[in-house]
Amino acid sequence: MPEYNWPDPEHRTLIGRRTLRVDAPVKVSGQAKYTYDVKGPGLLFGKILACPYAHCKIVSIDTSAAEKMAGVKAVEILQKPGAQIHWAGDEVVALAAVDEGTADDAARAIKVKYEKLPHLVSDAEPPPGAAASQGPLSLDDVSDMLDNQVPEREMVSQIQQYGITAKPSEQDLKELKEDGAGAPVLDALQAAAVHPEAAGRPKSRYQKAAVVTMGEVDKAFAEAEVVSEGLYGAPVIVHCCLESHGTTSEWTDDDHLFVHVSTQGVSGIAGQMAEPLKLPASNIHVHQDHVGGGFGSKFSPDRWGIASARLSKKAGGKPVRIMLERARELEVAGCRPSAYARVKVAAKKDGTLVAWDSQSWGTGGPGGGGMPPIPYVFSIPNQRKQHTAISNNIGPARAWRAPNHPQAAVLTMCALDDLAAKLNMDPMEFFLKNLDLVSKQRQTTYAEEFPIAAEMMGWKDKWRPRGTNLSGNLARGVGLSIHTWGGRGHASDCDLSIYPDGSVEIRMGTQDIGTGTRTCIAVVAADALGLPADAIKLYVGDNQYPPSGGSGGSTTPGGVSSSTRRAVVDARDALFTKVAPALNAQAEDLEAVGGMVRLKSDPNRSLSWKEACAKIGAMPITAHGHNDQIASKNKPDLTNSGVGGVQMAEVEVDTDTGIVKVRKMVGVQDCGLVIDPRLAESSVMGGMIMGISYALYEEKVMDPTTGRMLNPNMEFYRLAGFNDIPELKVHMMTGKGYDERGVVGLGEPPVISPGAAISNAVANAIGVRVSFLPLTPDKVLSAWDSRQKAGA
Amino acid sequence: MRDDDSFQDQSQEAVEDHSGVSRREFLKISTIAAAVPVVASSPMVLAAGEEVPVYGPGKTPVELTVNGKAYKASLEPRVTLLDALRDSFDITGAKRVCDRGECGACTMLLNGQAVYACSILAIDAQGKKITTVESLLEEGKLHPVQQAFVDNDASQCGFCTPGFVMACKAMLDKNPNPTPEQLRRGLSGNFCRCGTYAGIRVAVAQMAQKGA
Repeated sequence: MPEYNWPDPEHRTLIGRRTLRVDAPVKVSGQAKYTYDVKGPGLLFGKILACPYAHCKIVSIDTSAAEKMAGVKAVEILQKPGAQIHWAGDEVVALAAVDEGTADDAARAIKVKYEKLPHLVSDAEPPPGAAASQGPLSLDDVSDMLDNQVPEREMVSQIQQYGITAKPSEQDLKELKEDGAGAPVLDALQAAAVHPEAAGRPKSRYQKAAVVTMGEVDKAFAEAEVVSEGLYGAPVIVHCCLESHGTTSEWTDDDHLFVHVSTQGVSGIAGQMAEPLKLPASNIHVHQDHVGGGFGSKFSPDRWGIASARLSKKAGGKPVRIMLERARELEVAGCRPSAYARVKVAAKKDGTLVAWDSQSWGTGGPGGGGMPPIPYVFSIPNQRKQHTAISNNIGPARAWRAPNHPQAAVLTMCALDDLAAKLNMDPMEFFLKNLDLVSKQRQTTYAEEFPIAAEMMGWKDKWRPRGTNLSGNLARGVGLSIHTWGGRGHASDCDLSIYPDGSVEIRMGTQDIGTGTRTCIAVVAADALGLPADAIKLYVGDNQYPPSGGSGGSTTPGGVSSSTRRAVVDARDALFTKVAPALNAQAEDLEAVGGMVRLKSDPNRSLSWKEACAKIGAMPITAHGHNDQIASKNKPDLTNSGVGGVQMAEVEVDTDTGIVKVRKMVGVQDCGLVIDPRLAESSVMGGMIMGISYALYEEKVMDPTTGRMLNPNMEFYRLAGFNDIPELKVHMMTGKGYDERGVVGLGEPPVISPGAAISNAVANAIGVRVSFLPLTPDKVLSAWDSRQKAGA
Repeated sequence: MRDDDSFQDQSQEAVEDHSGVSRREFLKISTIAAAVPVVASSPMVLAAGEEVPVYGPGKTPVELTVNGKAYKASLEPRVTLLDALRDSFDITGAKRVCDRGECGACTMLLNGQAVYACSILAIDAQGKKITTVESLLEEGKLHPVQQAFVDNDASQCGFCTPGFVMACKAMLDKNPNPTPEQLRRGLSGNFCRCGTYAGIRVAVAQMAQKGA
């Protein structure tokens, strides 16, 4: 039985060492080809005509003038008259022309009439009446409440308050009982007022979820020694991938499609295009060498991708490129849901957390959205929380790096920081004091990380009670936050070949979204073969290679490293079997180190890698490695789930201008076995920088009158720039307690804490909380003024 | 070409003349009688007190000198330098990101000066020396600025990287020993989304010490 385990430290030749990113040379030299760069012969330029209204109905579409224009090759109506549109920028018509100018002109020649409908783009706190007016409950609503384990008292109260839309039959009651409905609920249903007229009525914009309760909340608050109340939140922000979303489609014959897609999931695209195009997925060839950012927003072929394929078909199969313009990228290609909350949190005098109560709300566009996982990381024993999802016309949400966790960190860590301030405690002491409320597996991680972070930040010297580090118009402060994430490995298949000339080749339908996936695969393979990482010829980014999962949820390093390790161990052992006779040894006595195959017991009895591979014969050695996404099917499992990280920020606030400058940030992060520390550190620094960006600058600003995004460009949708980056320090947890856990992904975790850590640092500096991100001068000054008025 | 154009209220009957003919017709009226073309077949007009060549409407021959080589195409006057290089000549190192002079991903050199190629018309880049990221690679060997980016892991997705490399090169060409403040200013015209600034900062600082 082959040994698939990760090598122990003495037997690692590359894993855990600092290598260079294998695709850096092609990126710095401009040779890397992205989807946006692909240009086949006869390329046609696709254009989308987008709807200008946030909520409307299409009345009529007249494309005749556009179709008659010279150079226009295909026109495709995407949403027909009668269709309702729920956000500005939604796609109505697509067309393709010989050049971009002609395509622009043609799009402008299309006449569309719309009937405007009322829109809502605000995600302000729901008005009390509106949020409560849930309306009568259907039996499905009651079933949902049971599924969500809504407390019985709460269910009875809602049924009594709102009534129901239909009288339950005996059968209904029987089924509800089987689903777990207790007698009080069944009695309430039978006694409830019935409002049949409310059945099927459009739902309110405000979907108030049932209250979730744990423990005895009122009692805990009544007995608590210190209670802190506050308002916290993070607005909708967008992904702003530098390479916009898009696709180039080309029919290579009547029923074979070749697409270049800017995507995080090369192996998953064909399956999603098959049905709308009525084409077997096996006839769709998907390719992508490089992708200019995705951050969670690029898993679907999207309507424009399907449109490019249809336009190409109409244009005789010629390649049609549709890449979103910047404004559309920011308006429609994904936003991170907002989350706000009024939080009440309580502790004993010694800092022991006892109770949490939150009323939260937020929007993820038309779909509403759910409650972030609050209270985050800390399982406070007594909790009551209720979330209202606002369904509005701000545009559709997409997964944004660590979905829901940055928001949860802001709502939780800021509330806890305020409580610590009220307790006159150093927040680090307060967090350490409550570590027993953290999941068992993470307690040690945080306990080990805190002192390292504190040392790197100089926390003990820098932390002072709130608002006491003032010098002229400059206020200085430090803040911290902690975070967690899952990981594990997605399904991944790896084909590895060793050729008689010594070359090594890997084929895998994965993608490198900038996170270093290529390097990770190359390091794992080269480590086992005793070769340098660049000796591995990698073929990725194509669905004709063995499938590998989409790059999301930090599952890629786990998936690809596991499938590669399995393949390379098998291939190496097959090579040893072929080589053993020449060295007068048994296969299991051999090792591959430093470009040699040699005897473990006698390193002088060796063959160079090339000499060894010459023994293979004419046919290459091939091996296949598979990682199953169900961990228990991998024996052993080479990946793991669950990481912990601590971040600290130091800021300087100008109390005259309200400008916040982050002066220093430190990140201490665990991700199991670190494949390449240099790339891991880059990932953490990148997360912290992205975090500085959303903490200080980013917000999708909507105009309530027109329902449009006011800043769909990179001048007013401000990203952090070179000038905004402070001193950054990163420490990766490695060695005992970490390495043996196996590989865990790192994309999401480091982006979770910065918003909370920076907000806490600002509160520490100016002595008062700025409720909402981004921490822009207007909000900072208004908070500062409130402190001055309060006579603090 | 602007992003916003596709959002014009399509229910309006009045369709603007987008070819730009009307403006040019106006200019033609004021054409001085004996226009001397400086560019073959481009008539001259007097505009704002200066004689300028008129291109279009429609396609016009354009010749660009990119990395020392001549490239010819027939392009509409509205085509930007960036789009001409990317779509007509397949020179794709410079990226189109914001397309309005905000992000720096299309940074290249025009007569040695760093420019945003999305904000310069191809017709206006004629007769000038255009230098793109592709020119830095000599016989497969990376330019020291590029090598410093590789050594300090200063790229992730890589889409902003060519623009940053060119901005660094332009800055160091002008001032081989920038102060940290000059360095920050020199690179503040480029954005990165993955957060590679830390690596870039070390790379450029190393180059600056070496006097690039």
